[in-house]
Order: sequence, then C-alpha cells, then structure tokens
Amino acid sequence: MFKHLDEYRDPALARRLLAEIAGVARGRWVIMEICGGHTHAIIRHGIDLLLPEQLELVHGPGCPVCVTPVGLIDKALALARRPGVVFTSFGDMLRVPGSRESLAQIRSRGGDVRPVYSPLEAVNLAAQNPDRQVVFFAVGFETTAPGNALAVQQAARLELTNFSLLVSHVLVPPAISALLAAPDNRIQAFLAPGHVCTVEGLEAYEAIAARYRVPMVPAGFEPVDILAALLLLVRQLEEGRAGVENEYRRSVRPEGNPAARRAVEQVFEVCDRNWRGLGEIPASGLRLRPEFAAFDAENKFELEGIEGREATMCISGAILRGEQKPPQCPAFGRECTPANPLGATMVSNEGACAAYMHRP
Amino acid sequence: MSSQIKPENFSCPSPAAADAGVQLAHGGGSRLAAELIEQTLVPAFADPVLSRLEDQAVLDSQLAPGERLAFTTDSFVVDPLFFPGGSIGELAVNGTVNDLAMGGARPLYLSVALIIEEGLPLEDLRRVVGAMGEAAAAAGVRVVTGDTKVVGRGSCDKIFINTSGIGAVPAGVELSAASLRPGDKIIISGTMADHGMAIMSCRQGLSFVEPLASDTAALHELTAAIMTAAGLPPQPEPTAGDHPRPALRAMRDPTRGGVAAVLTEMARASRAGIVIDEETLPVAAPVRGACEILGIDPLFVANEGKLLAVVAPEASGSVLRAMRAHPLGRRAAIIGEVGAENPGLVALRTPLGTHRIIDLPTGELLPRIC
Repeated sequence: MFKHLDEYRDPALARRLLAEIAGVARGRWVIMEICGGHTHAIIRHGIDLLLPEQLELVHGPGCPVCVTPVGLIDKALALARRPGVVFTSFGDMLRVPGSRESLAQIRSRGGDVRPVYSPLEAVNLAAQNPDRQVVFFAVGFETTAPGNALAVQQAARLELTNFSLLVSHVLVPPAISALLAAPDNRIQAFLAPGHVCTVEGLEAYEAIAARYRVPMVPAGFEPVDILAALLLLVRQLEEGRAGVENEYRRSVRPEGNPAARRAVEQVFEVCDRNWRGLGEIPASGLRLRPEFAAFDAENKFELEGIEGREATMCISGAILRGEQKPPQCPAFGRECTPANPLGATMVSNEGACAAYMHRP
Repeated sequence: MSSQIKPENFSCPSPAAADAGVQLAHGGGSRLAAELIEQTLVPAFADPVLSRLEDQAVLDSQLAPGERLAFTTDSFVVDPLFFPGGSIGELAVNGTVNDLAMGGARPLYLSVALIIEEGLPLEDLRRVVGAMGEAAAAAGVRVVTGDTKVVGRGSCDKIFINTSGIGAVPAGVELSAASLRPGDKIIISGTMADHGMAIMSCRQGLSFVEPLASDTAALHELTAAIMTAAGLPPQPEPTAGDHPRPALRAMRDPTRGGVAAVLTEMARASRAGIVIDEETLPVAAPVRGACEILGIDPLFVANEGKLLAVVAPEASGSVLRAMRAHPLGRRAAIIGEVGAENPGLVALRTPLGTHRIIDLPTGELLPRIC
C-alpha cells in the first residue's frame, strides 16, 4: 500500500510535472482547491510556492469543521452541557469555538464529550449505556455521510432510543455553483475533491463544468496527484476547454460508489443549509428523512432559540470564499492562533489559517 | 488442663482471593497493607535497602571524585496499562532511567510511588510491579524506597506511578539543550512514533498484519556508547590549557510531543535554527500506515526507547557508527542540522525542497474528519 503511495510522492516526478506546468502556463489563472484536504497537502508540501507566479491557488470552503455554522456549534455545546448526555464527535470539532466556548472547554468542566473515530463507535456507546443519551455530531461533506447513514440504520436495527445525530451535512457541488454565480467571482478552474467524487461520482461536476464553462479535475492528495491535476487544468484553460478530467482514477469512478450513495439516499434528504462564511445556500445540505426523525437530536431535545455570534475580528468568511488569504487578516498569528482560535479556519488541520501558521 | 486461649493463635484468613481487587484497606497501616508490601511489592524489587522497610533509604555514595548527582522525577499514567511491547511498569522504570541517561548520568537508584484505584485486580498490580522489577534489574538500577496509596474508585484511573531517580554524572560532562551551534548534526537513534501509535491503535482497536509494539527501553547503555564515541568524559590533559568544547552537545528522549517537541525546545533554548529533512526521518512501515489512517504526523507522536543526540559535525560519523553498533541504535540516522537562520524555529525540508515550520502541537492529538 505505501510503496504505492510513494510513487505519488516521488520528488523527481513532481519536478517533471512542475516543469511541464511552467511550460504550458501562459495566461494568469485563478484555480480553487475546494477541499480542505487539498489545502492541507498544498501547504504541507509547499506546492503553491513552486508554481509559476501567474498561477494563483485560492483555498476553498471544503473544510467541514470550518463551514459548520456557529449556531449549530452552540447547539452542540448546549447538548454537551446537559447531564445524562454523552456528546460524541470527530476530534477536530472539539476545539472549534462557538459563540463563547468550545466542546473541549465543556469537557474540562466535567461534560461528557468524547472524540470518536467513527459514528459506529457512538452507536456502540449507546448500546452499552442505555441510561444515557448518546449524540453524535454528524459533520462533514459527502464523504462522511455514508458512515453516518449506516450508523442510523444500525441504531434503528438495534432499536436504540438513546442515539441521535446533530446533523450538519453539506454538499460540495451547490457550494461550487454558489461561488461561480457570485458577481465578483474570480475562480476560473477547480481542483475537485477526490474523496467526495469517490463517493458521489462525476455527474454533478460535469453539469457545473458545462454550465459555467470551468474546467474541473478531481485529484488525489499526494503532491504528484495535485501537480498532475493542475497540469490538466492549466492545459484546459490555455486551450479554452472546460470539462471534467479524472486525475484520481485509482479511486474515483464516474458513477461513484453506488452502495454508499444508496445508504445516504435511504437515510438523508437534501435541504437548504447555512454555511459559516458563505451564508444560506439552497439545496446544499442533508437532513434526516422524516422516517428517521427519532434519531434527529434537533427533534429530540429542545434547541430552539440558540443562535451563534461570530468573533468580530475574524475574516474566515472571506477566506472561505477565496477572497482573502490568512496573512491578510489583522488577527492572524496575533489575537488568533491555533492555541486560541477566533474562527474555525484556525482550528482544523485542513483550515487555511492553521495551514498558513506553518509558513516560514 | 483446659487449653489456654492464646490470641496469637487466632488467625483470620485474608478474605481476598487470588483474583480479588485492591481495597482501600490495602493503602494504609492495616494488615492487608503490610501483606501487600511484604508479599507483592518488596519481592518484586529484591533490594536489601528496600527490604528493611525504613522510612528512608540510607545509601552509600557511589560518586567517583569530580562526579556530580543527577536527580529526576516523572509520573506515569497510561491507558491501557498493558500494551504490545510492555506496560506502565516498564515505562515507569525506563522513563526515569532515560531522563538520567540523557544528562550523561549513570543511573543508580530509583524510588517508586504507586497510587492505586480501589478495585484494580491484584493480578494486574502484580504484573505491573513484576514488570518494574524486571526492567530495573535489566537496567542495573536499584529500587531502594517506595510508597503505596489506594484511592477510592474514580479518584484515579487504575494506577498512577511516580518514579524518581538518582544518577552519577562524570566530571567534564555538561550536556544541555542550550548548547547547540550552527553546523551541529541531529541524530535519531531509530524509528519514530512506535510507542504512541502502539497505544493509539490499542485504544482504537486497529490491528495490522505486523502488530505495532511500544519501543520502551532503557537507553543508558546507548548513551554511554555515544559519550565514549564523542570522547566523553574528557581525559585529563597533561598540560594545562583550554579544554576543547565537547563534541556531544545534548541528548534528549522524545517522549510526549515526539521529535517535534524536543527539537523545538532545543532550538528555543539554543536560539538556533534547526532544519530536518523529511526524507531521512525513519518510520517503520506499519507505524507509517497507522499514522496515515489516523491522520497523525509521526513527528508529534511519543517514543519511549529513542533518543536524539546533537553532535558537532566532526564527531557525527563516529557517534553514528557507535549508535548503529548498539542493538537499540541499529536504525540510527542523521535527520538534520543546526543552522544560523530562523533562530528558535524548527523547519522541515520536504522532498520537493520547500520548507515548513514545525511547531509544538496545540493540544492533544486529535483525528481529522476525512
């Protein structure tokens, strides 16, 4: 497996691709990597520093932790404070600040907040602790939705009445469309999210490429993957083409993963969602279908009237829209650091601000 | 004659069966406590001074002329108590031995204090203490004094162990994280992240074809070999004059926070820049796999049987050879260099030739979402 990965980290191959990109690129092009995993890899390997200067990479809103609205985080915090609740979440979510505090701070005061690696762990916790209410924070894009759907199906099969999800699922294609439809949009091509496309396939991306005339290339997460995808994008831009080309063939199939898609369709339905930094985007999220309402934490617990407030200095909205880079924020590295984050983009490994803290 | 009643003939058989747990009464002043100390704790360490059960250990000084004492303490908490490659017992002995050894000291004496949660199976306690005794014997260090407390359920997690250690530092050995100079080489004694990933995969129930095992080990023999190769302790010069600066600057064991934390501390203390090469960092294949799956950088993961040595360039070859000749240093490698640029910072050179700053982790290592 890792010999296989090493091929995609081969510095000699990476340098060849860089030289090819430099040879092809003539115009000035703005390319967005929508996925936080790509942002992390680009900064980690310093890929943006090696590109010809007329290519600009802008970082997109594809960090699930970063786009979860503050109001929903406040609902998570309200649940985690309740006696009798075990609040479970992926680890990155623990330090994200809500309006006043984070899950980690609630845990330090005795709240039962547990990081888990999989929603099925949360289902097991519910089965083992029938006298406690176990809530899982179902955050993420199309990649985490199948696992969360399976968790709900499993809880239904076990007839658990003490398991629920606080759902904040978001979908990538509507966010791309919203960015492209904005009147001041600068983005001319997209590095498409490799893992999301592995689950959902390429259909939605073909439609966007045709409608907005933008090249889109789903890519893997190693340096060679990213450079090969950028080369495909630059070629399309230079030749005036706009289509979907698949760099990540070892993982992405045009039809996606049918079993995963089926599980998601059985449990979730599309809904409007509010994105931190981007605002409300129609049909850009998932919520539980009515037949699974018993597993919806927002139904089960009284969470009405909780509304979040953003830190006023934080410009993470502009960063998530690709309008500004982290060092342009007056709070970057001063009031706002990974140890004391004002906004979610400083928390997650995949957040653009946290990634830029590692720049010499 | 009616038989006399002799109180000393009465006995109340201890109610504790072999599989019973530790009770609060094991902690203080009772017969149970005395039994625990005499039957379980003292025999595990088989030391004549400890066996006297006085309130203090009275020890012969083992210092040669010019030698100084090194003194260190560390507390150990780990979940699970037993993991592939060892247990909290080995960690508690090896960890303190290593803290002494990193200062160039010969480890001499240890103290052991146990804080036990009520209900811990006695069998687990015996295994932990047995592992400590074996680790101490293997390292040739004596456990000469100890203490046991039992706290109520929920007041600690199974067992917490504190060990303190005393060692002897030869004359002329002055190792310090503040003494790095531009040009010095950074050497690691072997693969990174074995211990931390073994613990993490235990907790997450991850299993691999090649199981991950902790690297817990006492490193004082390896540090002795490094010092010899670097010309330490210095031989007294027949003629008076300036002693050359020792070629060995510092040694540290990268436990919590991993290699990144130790290098960051050294860079800050020395106000020097450190550059490490990503391609030279040794990581065992299954550990690398576990790190990829959990989204964790091995640079930040704990080790319990590895060290980092900073050596003047002229001595780096001989030190590296000496390390590779020792069983605990077979995969030793030069991973970086001290420079004058970016004082106080650690930079990592990627295989593509770009640099990124390695900083201390913000908090606990947490898995990423996708």
